[in-house]
Amino acid sequence: MIDACGAAQSVLVLGATSEIAGATVARLAEGGRLERVVLAGRPGRGRVAAAGRVTALRVPAVELVDFDARDRVGHEGVIDVAFDGGDIDVALLAWGVLPEEDSVRAAPLAAAEVVDVNCTAVVTTLLAATRRMRAQGHGVIVVLSSAGAVRPRGSTAVYGATKAGVDALATALGDTLAGSGVSILVVRPGFVRTRMTAGRRPPPLAVGPEDVAAAIVANLGRGSRTVWVPASMRYAMAALAVTPRSIFRRLPI
Amino acid sequence: MSGTTRPHERRPLTGWGRTAPTVADVVVPATVDDLRCLIQRQPSRGVIARGLGRSYGDAAQNAGGLVLETGGLDQIGPVDPTSGLVTCGAGVSLDGLIRTVLPQGWFVPVTPGTRQVTVGGAVAADIHGKNHHGDGSICAHLDSVVLVDGRGELRTLTPEDDLFWAVPGGMGLTGVIVAATLRLIPVRSDRMVVDTVRTASLDETMEALAEADRTHRYSVAWVDCLAGGGGLGRGVVTAGEHAASPGEHDGGGRLPTTAWAVPSWAPRLPLSPRTVRLFNEAYHRAAPRSRRSLEPLGSFFHPLDVVGEWNRLYGARGFVQHQLAVRDPEVVRQVIAMFAAHRAPTFLCVLKRFGPGSAAPLSFPQPGWTLAVDLPAGDRRVGALLDEVDAAVIAGGGRVYLAKDARLAPSALAQMYPRLDEWRRLRERLDPDHVFVSDLARRLHL
Ligand SMILES: Cc1cc2nc3c(=O)[nH]c(=O)nc-3n(C[C@H](O)[C@H](O)[C@H](O)COP(=O)(O)OP(=O)(O)OC[C@H]3O[C@@H](n4cnc5c(N)ncnc54)[C@H](O)[C@@H]3O)c2cc1C
Ligand SMILES: NC(=O)c1ccc[n+]([C@@H]2O[C@H](COP(=O)([O-])OP(=O)(O)OC[C@H]3O[C@@H](n4cnc5c(N)ncnc54)[C@H](OP(=O)(O)O)[C@@H]3O)[C@@H](O)[C@H]2O)c1
Repeated sequence: MIDACGAAQSVLVLGATSEIAGATVARLAEGGRLERVVLAGRPGRGRVAAAGRVTALRVPAVELVDFDARDRVGHEGVIDVAFDGGDIDVALLAWGVLPEEDSVRAAPLAAAEVVDVNCTAVVTTLLAATRRMRAQGHGVIVVLSSAGAVRPRGSTAVYGATKAGVDALATALGDTLAGSGVSILVVRPGFVRTRMTAGRRPPPLAVGPEDVAAAIVANLGRGSRTVWVPASMRYAMAALAVTPRSIFRRLPI
Repeated sequence: MSGTTRPHERRPLTGWGRTAPTVADVVVPATVDDLRCLIQRQPSRGVIARGLGRSYGDAAQNAGGLVLETGGLDQIGPVDPTSGLVTCGAGVSLDGLIRTVLPQGWFVPVTPGTRQVTVGGAVAADIHGKNHHGDGSICAHLDSVVLVDGRGELRTLTPEDDLFWAVPGGMGLTGVIVAATLRLIPVRSDRMVVDTVRTASLDETMEALAEADRTHRYSVAWVDCLAGGGGLGRGVVTAGEHAASPGEHDGGGRLPTTAWAVPSWAPRLPLSPRTVRLFNEAYHRAAPRSRRSLEPLGSFFHPLDVVGEWNRLYGARGFVQHQLAVRDPEVVRQVIAMFAAHRAPTFLCVLKRFGPGSAAPLSFPQPGWTLAVDLPAGDRRVGALLDEVDAAVIAGGGRVYLAKDARLAPSALAQMYPRLDEWRRLRERLDPDHVFVSDLARRLHL
């Protein structure tokens, strides 16, 4: 259960090795209430290492479940395995890929695969997790969108489009959940310094994964809502959202 | 009982603190048979009874499961004129009971700080009142309880049965209480003679409380957990007795009939350490140095009941109440110092002495002191601060009250309640399939 002070006892991570997820689990473990973490992701050394890090946080039960975002047929099963093992207080949808824009532009099928991984798989897992959480009468689903979802840029058009889709679904679905005991937290980080952005130059509002984790944990149990990281990102994006296209496309972002 | 049982309604529930809402299927069984049927179906996410939802945390919630509201169990039997015994349905509120019996010269043996609790909720939490030092908790005044167990069977339990003792403090996890027979106390007036003393320090407050316990049936202290320096723990001690003169008896008319409502648009309390400090200062100054007065029962026992839904004043994120019991006054001192050091906006801080505990393994009161504090749940430091307080309480052999709890760590529970396993064995006999489940039980692995 998520207690009155926002501390959770069980977490399902989809995207076992995501650095943002790792920081979030660490943050959740701080209160000493976290008892069960289910790490769903592709098997391999990375997942084993991630499980080791969670164990080091003194979480007594760490479970591994195979999850490949491209295997949409298997997604409901992944969610069921996690929920059949006990209530899930927080489900974190944290996998994703940030492709080189030029390479996906050149290969439409590769672009479609990015859509499958970043967007279609969110549709399947989000809907399945929502159904299970509704039945248990409580819980929060955290969806990693992106600040860029609000106005995708040409330099990351495909990625931005997937996040726009994810953001739209999660926001609309969250609004239907009022009074269900379940909520959806839509997280819109700007640039986060992780493996995903390694090699790219951090812009002025860049943050670390711990910052995203702190924002997520502070907003658990507050109903369906949208969180920007950093919080000031909201204003930067509000300005961009109303910037005329003729100017927007020339901005060096 | 009357009417028919309507189909369940799925809706969000919280406790009085308005934190951690979860959704459940809520049913108000119209008859005991309906209630038994609902339990016998063994719904997959279990069943829990709910009275008037005055426990502060998640004790009367069952996420995704069935919640049985007891409003249909509303009968009050005749009062035996010699023994004061009365049998009531578990859904009877203490408010309704007092209104019925006070004009006949009777009063409830134990009352919490609000009349808006049910008999079932009072027994399940084994409530205590301002008279605990002399009269004990409610289980000391029970002749019997009638319970529907986990198999849907009706059982009548008396204090001679070992199973009886799993019920008080069992927080609904031993079955649904459908009726209880309790011993009322005779009173000759609906007024209280109240002695009020203002104190300047925690030492003085504790001394005045100890003294009041020797001289009065009822006593309690409001304390200031934010005042600086030597003023920390200063307070206002009130001690009372039922007025002895029958002339003062005027038939229950002193209980206000309707509460003023807090409108939904009311601003939330500006609960910062500064405003709470200002409030404390004003409250302390307004209290007389020393005074004797005659007060209506309601204003002595249930001062907050005149404002309906005052819990809304804490805003959307709600609040937690922390109530601890410890033998050693040093721990109380230490905890108050922790609140002060963190400049926590501790609103409504109440201190009292407890007399001997009861035989019930999960009953909260134990001899010594009890301190209850309200804190806004939205304040991010509160979780860590209360964990620190718990550690001090455990080190001092104390515990927290489950009827107030909304955030205790499961590992702390067994340390606070060393007879937990004994209670579990009794519960196993009353509910072998663990049909009774609440959010509190899930959170604490009860
Ligand atoms: C302003 C205020 C002041 C208070 N002061 C005090 C005080 O001085 N002393 C004190 O001891 N407590 C105090 N309390 C707490 C309150 O007395 C208890 O929480 C009590 O249990 C509330 O009763 P309820 O009917 O609202 O029960 P709920 O809050 O609805 O339920 C409380 C528990 O009782 C169980 N329960 C309810 N009905 C039944 C039933 N028929 N059969 C089995 N289990 C049942 C529930 O499952 C749950 O575990 C106070 C509360 C408030 C709001
Ligand atoms: N970093 C940023 O700047 C930023 C900004 C905004 C939003 N976000 C979003 O935040 C989320 C987490 O990002 P992060 O920075 O933590 O990323 P990260 O550390 O790179 O982790 C990405 C995760 O996605 C998993 N993944 C990739 N393809 C997968 C597939 N087909 N099936 C299953 N898992 C797959 C990876 O697993 P493997 O180990 O198996 O590869 C890894 O666990 C993502 O949704 C991202 O889009 C990130």
